[in-house]
Amino acid sequence: MAPKKADRARRTRRPRQTYWAIVWRQFRRQRLAVAALIFIAVLFFVAIFADFLASDRPIIMSYKGKLYVPAIKTVGSIRTLDYDKLREDIRTEGWAVWTPIGFGPAQYNLDEILQPPSTRHLLGTDDTGRDVLSRMLHGSRVSLTVGFVAVGIYVTIGIVLGSLAGYFRRWVDFSISRFIEITICFPTFFLILTLIALLPPSIYNIMVAIGITGWPGVARLVRGEFFKQREQEYVMAARGLGLGSGRIIFRNILPNAIAPVLVSATFGIAGAILAESSLSYLGFGVPAPTPSWGSLLASSKEFVDFAWWLVLFPGLAIFTTITAYNLAGEALRDAIDPRLRQ
Amino acid sequence: MRTYILKRVLLMLPTLLGISIVTFAIIHLAPGEPPAMRADVQGSLQQSEITSEQIDQWRKLNHLDKPVLVQYWLWVKRLVVLDFGRSFKDQQPVIKTIAKRLPISMTLMIPAIFLTYLIAIPVGVRSATHQYRFSDRVVTFTLFVLYSLPSFWVAHMLLTYVCGGEYLDLFPLAGMSSPSSPEMNWLQQFFDRVWHLVLPILCYTYASLAALSRYARAGMLEVLRQDYVRTARAKGLAERVVVMKHAFRNAVIPIVTIIAGLLPALLGGSVIIEQIFSIPGMGRLGFEAVQGRDFPVIMGITTIAATLTLVGILLSDILYSVVDPRISYGSEKS
Repeated sequence: MAPKKADRARRTRRPRQTYWAIVWRQFRRQRLAVAALIFIAVLFFVAIFADFLASDRPIIMSYKGKLYVPAIKTVGSIRTLDYDKLREDIRTEGWAVWTPIGFGPAQYNLDEILQPPSTRHLLGTDDTGRDVLSRMLHGSRVSLTVGFVAVGIYVTIGIVLGSLAGYFRRWVDFSISRFIEITICFPTFFLILTLIALLPPSIYNIMVAIGITGWPGVARLVRGEFFKQREQEYVMAARGLGLGSGRIIFRNILPNAIAPVLVSATFGIAGAILAESSLSYLGFGVPAPTPSWGSLLASSKEFVDFAWWLVLFPGLAIFTTITAYNLAGEALRDAIDPRLRQ
Repeated sequence: MRTYILKRVLLMLPTLLGISIVTFAIIHLAPGEPPAMRADVQGSLQQSEITSEQIDQWRKLNHLDKPVLVQYWLWVKRLVVLDFGRSFKDQQPVIKTIAKRLPISMTLMIPAIFLTYLIAIPVGVRSATHQYRFSDRVVTFTLFVLYSLPSFWVAHMLLTYVCGGEYLDLFPLAGMSSPSSPEMNWLQQFFDRVWHLVLPILCYTYASLAALSRYARAGMLEVLRQDYVRTARAKGLAERVVVMKHAFRNAVIPIVTIIAGLLPALLGGSVIIEQIFSIPGMGRLGFEAVQGRDFPVIMGITTIAATLTLVGILLSDILYSVVDPRISYGSEKS
């Protein structure tokens, strides 16, 4: 929430409707995009509450007169594998509220390997008998965090470099433009792959690798916007008032140049999710016990001739998520385009 | 024009140098030693146990014991005569390996780019001239879905469903040609090759197709809104002439320039597609090099790919001036 003072300032500047209210009204007209937004919200919900949706532990339980909340805090005296036995015990010794899907993402069961979808395992099991649905729900965390953090990194780099180049011009612009040129000419995916392969495997390295290779697009966009805005009268007025460059860049010009960046960031999230799943698919993704959609798909490689559920469902998850972000990005782009305003 | 091209080519050099510095820094400052090196020492000495002195000797041979800056200087010095050094893995000259692998990737990419343009432009133009009609909606939606469809998933599913296994057996599972290919005549060989490459080319094509025809549609819509199109219609010209002669020619300009961006995108995509279809092209070479930390090969691929991109950008700028006579680089001051 913005502080009250800024709120008041905004109200005096734009008496009727804020820019973003107009954008939101335009966005809302597109039903498919709103559906995509709802889908993204659901994904957020799933990612945050994955432990409450699919786990081998109960959400909350009373055992031998004591209350536990295993979904949040592991119970010291009860080992993870004992929960199966606990299921029997608990009927006589207390009560428990179980998660809707009663399998943990890492709970293997060698008696149930590569089972097709059934009422017990709704989306089947993988090669060590882990429940695919449970792994997919938990895998949404990886996609979501990689998408947002990686794009956050490169949008930040892009905004800073782009606005510096666009505002100061001359040698600042010259050197930053050369830097942009160099980064654009890199075979991006190959560079990310090289970085990931050379660094120790971790989700953070993936985010950083995608983050430091993705910024030139944003930088060019911001630079172009700054070129346009710089000559506007309000910038001259701000300079005349003696405001510092930093203040003019970030408080005065940037808010007017941010909309196209937001569009590019929305598409960027789709791209980052795709990159992460491709890396995981190649075996360079998030390290082993953490489930991710790409690595789930990769695990089907050896059973490709019959295990259709291992191929179909994780891919579908990646596909629908990317589609949702692309739809939202598309609608946002139309919404900020004044020529398409109705 | 000639001076312009010369200037641009000269400007490429610092960019290339910058790219090589960044890549060099990344691979040489990363922790750990290349596993390809160990394998190479083992292979050349024909023994499974190797001593640390032997490793040191090998490092010395490949200049890995020198400071990074000296190593980089040595690398640049050899680059002047197009020598990318030798692969750590098999001691083959990198340039030779790339010269062998690049044509393989190109046999996939050139038909893919050609097909993309062949389909995308008519689809985009038709979609634009029939804006908001049912056919436009269907096409736009289909393209949107294709655009979001991860190509590695599609490739993987194609392998599952049409390459043997328990479902259809229409296409080969891997490789560029059948094992019996050497005994075939050239026509059979050609069709055998086509049969092997249909699926990978399909995977490349649909992805860039979606992006390109969306672009073509947007460009065409933009042009159709212009005053001169209205003038042409007011003159009483046939709709066909208005679309093809007055609008299309102007809309095609930006589409031409995308070809530059398509090439590096395809090279990047090739890592995963070639891996899935077991095609020994550049992408696969890159993947193996990254896995084995084969530094000279990584450097070679990055440099070649970046050069291709730069040449692509230059070509599209030149094409720009060819299709649009208003743009001339000769008189431009910068």
